[in-house]
Amino acid sequence: MERQKETTTPVRPRLGIFKFTSCDGCQLSILNLEDDLLTLGQVLDISYFPEASSDMRAGPYDIALVEGSITTPEDTHRILSVREQAKVLITIGACATAGGIQALRNWADVEAFKRVVYPNPQYIESLTASTPISEHVRVDFELWGCPIDRGQLLRLLTDLSAGVQSRLPSHPVCVDCKRRGIVCVMVAKGIPCLGPVTRTGCGAICPGMGRDCYGCFGPAEGSVLGPGVPPNTASLAKQFHHGLQLIPVEVLRRFRGINGSVKPFREESQVWERLGRDE
Amino acid sequence: MAEEKHKARTIAINTIARVEGEGALRVTVTDGLVQDVELRIFEPPRFFEAFLQGRHYDEVTDIVARICGICPVAYQMSAVHALEQIFGVEVTGSLRDLRRLIYCGEWIESHALHVYMLQAPDFLGYDSGIAMAKDHADMVTRGLRLKKAGNAIMTLLGGRSVHPVSVKVGGFSRVPRRRELEGLKDELLWARDAAVATVRWVAGFEYPDFLPDSLFVALRASGEYPFNEGQIVSSNGLQISATEFERHFAEQQVSYSNALHCTLHGSPYLVGPLARLNFNHDHLSPLARQILAGTGLTLPLRNPFHGIIARSVEILYALEESLRLIELYDPPPSPSVAVVVRPGSGTACTEAPRGILYHRYRVDADGIIREAKIVPPTSQNQGRIEQDLRLFMPRLLNLPDKEAALACERVIRCYDPCISCATHFLRLEIERE
Repeated sequence: MERQKETTTPVRPRLGIFKFTSCDGCQLSILNLEDDLLTLGQVLDISYFPEASSDMRAGPYDIALVEGSITTPEDTHRILSVREQAKVLITIGACATAGGIQALRNWADVEAFKRVVYPNPQYIESLTASTPISEHVRVDFELWGCPIDRGQLLRLLTDLSAGVQSRLPSHPVCVDCKRRGIVCVMVAKGIPCLGPVTRTGCGAICPGMGRDCYGCFGPAEGSVLGPGVPPNTASLAKQFHHGLQLIPVEVLRRFRGINGSVKPFREESQVWERLGRDE
Repeated sequence: MAEEKHKARTIAINTIARVEGEGALRVTVTDGLVQDVELRIFEPPRFFEAFLQGRHYDEVTDIVARICGICPVAYQMSAVHALEQIFGVEVTGSLRDLRRLIYCGEWIESHALHVYMLQAPDFLGYDSGIAMAKDHADMVTRGLRLKKAGNAIMTLLGGRSVHPVSVKVGGFSRVPRRRELEGLKDELLWARDAAVATVRWVAGFEYPDFLPDSLFVALRASGEYPFNEGQIVSSNGLQISATEFERHFAEQQVSYSNALHCTLHGSPYLVGPLARLNFNHDHLSPLARQILAGTGLTLPLRNPFHGIIARSVEILYALEESLRLIELYDPPPSPSVAVVVRPGSGTACTEAPRGILYHRYRVDADGIIREAKIVPPTSQNQGRIEQDLRLFMPRLLNLPDKEAALACERVIRCYDPCISCATHFLRLEIERE
């Protein structure tokens, strides 16, 4: 294959896309850019993206997108090397940003899992906890969601390429429901919805489909009280329990899901775990 | 051509590219003979079956979707069918049709991604679909638009294409209006023509002459190409219901992989588009049958490299089927049927893009999952990938390591392995009094 000399082409920022423990859904969201994918390939030099390309070039990278959480001893070393090679490191998705659904193991005895589950557990290397990338290395930007929103990713990459500081909204999903004119599923149908405490980003997909939000984008931040204020999970949990008659273990399960290991959700689930034991 | 210089030689691929998830290959050759072929799936285990224990049955679809971003509908479909079997729920009529339709969307999206972005570059000599676009912009653009058409179906019915949110036991949380579905028609008609062109395009590729002995396994349903229902059939005469799956299929752990190997009566076998097409070509739409016949290929297809043709024929079929289902659509009186929880066990097998996907659940009287077992298609194909590599290797032995490794990768990609899927199944055998 002939290769054109790139003397006239301006230097494009080099992009690397890395995968740790995950379902590939966030990387697929990149491929799902469809209309913009080829443009992205022209604007950025996609230097490392094994999911889509056999052309795997070494760093340094201007931007590293990291999907997946850290769950093996080998992962803990590999993420250091990714960090070293990357100018800007962005986590994409709930696994990389919060530990993901596999962080449910953090409440369990993983060694016991392995013994029960594999005939030869000694072959299986797996850490007892699934941890977000930020627990291991410095992270420059976190993109929430399970999966991430393509629009948010595109906006972030565009801002970065233009040297603009990116800001993404972090208000609760509830606001999006009001904007879209979606009837509240909790008020109208009595379904326990995490919308009041969950970060925006999806566009209120679940209430729009007639069901509860289950917290894909993690805890919302900021409120009428000001930026950085954590969501009022305690109030919502009480409403689930007293208003909607959920028993404590059901309240626990609501918070212990896709983003169950993030502080506001984790702590709320633990409150209801204790309440369940006391009952 | 080099003489037999490789006394002992190892061909290694540390990261298999253009597959979903993380895998590696190690082949050892001594005195010109292939010794070991190890497909190593080092994608870490994610313990999904364990997570499902103790969750309420209506949470299962949201959890199992996370096993795979590429084929979440397959996981949701096998799960709801297994759970509905326990509760004695029957989903019929237009709700059943909508399940078929969302599955069509997933096949189109997943197959188009594989055909255009992951596998076609192997035949045309590029590292990726994006690199291929420099010389074949029209082709790549067509592939991406086809993929988008599949995603559009999933998004309309499921809210989004990665991890859809509307599928539930008993039906959906919301069903579309007639005119919403009709809004898809123009694009699907374009996509149908593009799919015809796709079959012709890939049928013109140059294929290695490679015909390994093949044991095929797929679903076979009466009167229709299989998605959600059917008997499990094999080319050596097996014909069973999903309930009997574990009596015939068994998983073994191998030291070098985090995925279990599944065999049929001890033999490796092939699931996926090639197997499906071989058993079900009589149920293709007339157009798909005609276009397939136009390729000049005779069935059964045994060359694993022809998987890309089978996948393209299935894209065409799924588009025809989508258009048919949209034409038929009469919105159901309710988006789901009532479910009354009762304890018990249930199994189901559906046709994921990569082949049959088996689920089994045990539920207690409160609707809480007590046990779950999931056998994904890639664990089933692993043994076959290794076997076929072993057969294909002798013709690569005179190549330098790098080229031999590239050729091995091409073989592996024929099976469209989804490694993320393959590491989430664990055998959980818990006896409780």
